[in-house]
Amino acid sequence: MGEDRPMKATREAYGNALVELGREREDIVVLEADLAKSTYSIKFKEAFPERFIECGVAEANMMGVAAGLAASGMIAYTGSFAIFATGRAFEQVRNTIAYAALNVKICPSHGGITVGEDGGSHQSIEDVALMRVLPNMKVVVPADYCQAKAAIKAAADIEGPIFIRTGRSKVPQIFSEDYHFELGKAHLLKEGKDVTIFANGIMLAKALSAAETLSKEGILAEVINIHTLKPLDEEAIIASLKKTGAAVTAEEHSVIGGLASAIAELSAKRAPVPIEMVAVGDLFGTSGGEAELLEYFHLTEKDIVEAAKEAISREA
Amino acid sequence: MNREELESYLKAKACKIRADIIEMTCLAASGHPGGSLSAADVLAVLYFHHMRHDPKNPKWEGRDRFVLSKGHACPVLYAALAEAGYFDREHLKTLRKLGSILQGHPDMRKAPGVEISSGSLGQGLAVACGMAKAAKIKEESHRVFVMIGDGESQEGEIWESAMFAAHYELDNLVAITDYNNLQIDGFVSEVMEVQPLAEKWRAFSWHVIEIDGHDIGQIIDALEAADQVKGKPTMIVANTTKGKGVSFMEGVCDYHGKAPTKDEMERALSELK
Repeated sequence: MGEDRPMKATREAYGNALVELGREREDIVVLEADLAKSTYSIKFKEAFPERFIECGVAEANMMGVAAGLAASGMIAYTGSFAIFATGRAFEQVRNTIAYAALNVKICPSHGGITVGEDGGSHQSIEDVALMRVLPNMKVVVPADYCQAKAAIKAAADIEGPIFIRTGRSKVPQIFSEDYHFELGKAHLLKEGKDVTIFANGIMLAKALSAAETLSKEGILAEVINIHTLKPLDEEAIIASLKKTGAAVTAEEHSVIGGLASAIAELSAKRAPVPIEMVAVGDLFGTSGGEAELLEYFHLTEKDIVEAAKEAISREA
Repeated sequence: MNREELESYLKAKACKIRADIIEMTCLAASGHPGGSLSAADVLAVLYFHHMRHDPKNPKWEGRDRFVLSKGHACPVLYAALAEAGYFDREHLKTLRKLGSILQGHPDMRKAPGVEISSGSLGQGLAVACGMAKAAKIKEESHRVFVMIGDGESQEGEIWESAMFAAHYELDNLVAITDYNNLQIDGFVSEVMEVQPLAEKWRAFSWHVIEIDGHDIGQIIDALEAADQVKGKPTMIVANTTKGKGVSFMEGVCDYHGKAPTKDEMERALSELK
């Protein structure tokens, strides 16, 4: 289960979701910063050239233009890579989009280290932290193509700014085409009683595989997909923590500020349990192949299995 | 109203705006009077003559938009909006106070008539570009006006937006530079020279008009001329004096971000009668 499923990149969902949205409603506009082929926004450009706005290599201006379009009643989707959309243009997103709660959908691709060979400058491991800290911002990290597509489409009907991160690499398909995305609703994929694995993005498939491995050793892991980091499904998380008494978080992001932080902050306040964090350490990325990098940064099924055992062993 | 009466009416509006700027910043005991006073004449012409807008219906879709990119000068905007009737004048006394609709920098979610939240320099021109682009896509005829500062023109994003507006031939966009040649650390020409400013905008393929930003007649004419420009955005470089209208504030850098004392307020108001 998990790794042997058909593979598809979440970024591919962006282009296809946009084309469907473009057909369904006239108020959708799409902005890009010279990365239309990489983010697949080129599909929207081909279908609706009059509503596609190429901004050139100028992400700060792109975010401001998106804000102006949103303030004029349109729903603006922005592309680019995660590092530039959330890093280069952070203060534009903060002061012009989030502060005013404008209807801008920030959907960059190339989140995480599986960007691969381009290296540390392009591997965004802090984007979720940067967006999660902003008031009014909603934050979603889809796990596969179908979840990404459903989230990107649903975003059009979610009032205000939202960040949806997609990735470059092909990942196993977990959900089906008819997947229904519900913002802020944790998705229980496997029930267990010994440890809860909270996962999102590319780590969800690995979490499911890890749970299978653990079950062979008699450890029953619960797997919960936290696709939405804001608003966080606090009640579902607390209920699971109280049930299993130990947790692992698994994400393709810095251990600071993303899923690990969100779960630990909540757990510390309302259901303290041992938590092990499978995430990128306090490090920049580096060039390499996807599989090599996942090993190098300890983001594998094996790392989740070990973390689960460690969390259980730390239970009082 | 004939032309002479119009100019006299607008001068009176600018004077009233200036008096309100002095009073509200004095009451707030903080804020940015210098760059508000320099912009008063342009805002008077925009809000009381040139722009199509309806203070009783601030969200009217056909309205012209005004973006104050140099958001720290919001006292001038709040004074114009109050005078136009967007909200009760009593609010002016609450500037910068807890719970006020008149935040230290403009907040579109709090104050009626504020088109966009601003204050972080360099960002308003991009927003105005987005509004102008939206009007083009929706085939709407309203126009978008945006005021930027001279110091603000040191921000890189301004020039990203300058390229964007020219590339998309946003002739429904008119930018005004409030060129008062003073910023927090001193003269713009000494802190970081922006000259030759008109040539820069021309080089970015904008139509450029240079005026005396305190001459009501020149402001009226420049805005009307900008309406006639086709295929490119217009930049009106308004040469102004920081602190204009109050003798002891004119050209004094300190009044960028220093409110008048009660005594200074009374002296200023006596000059603005």
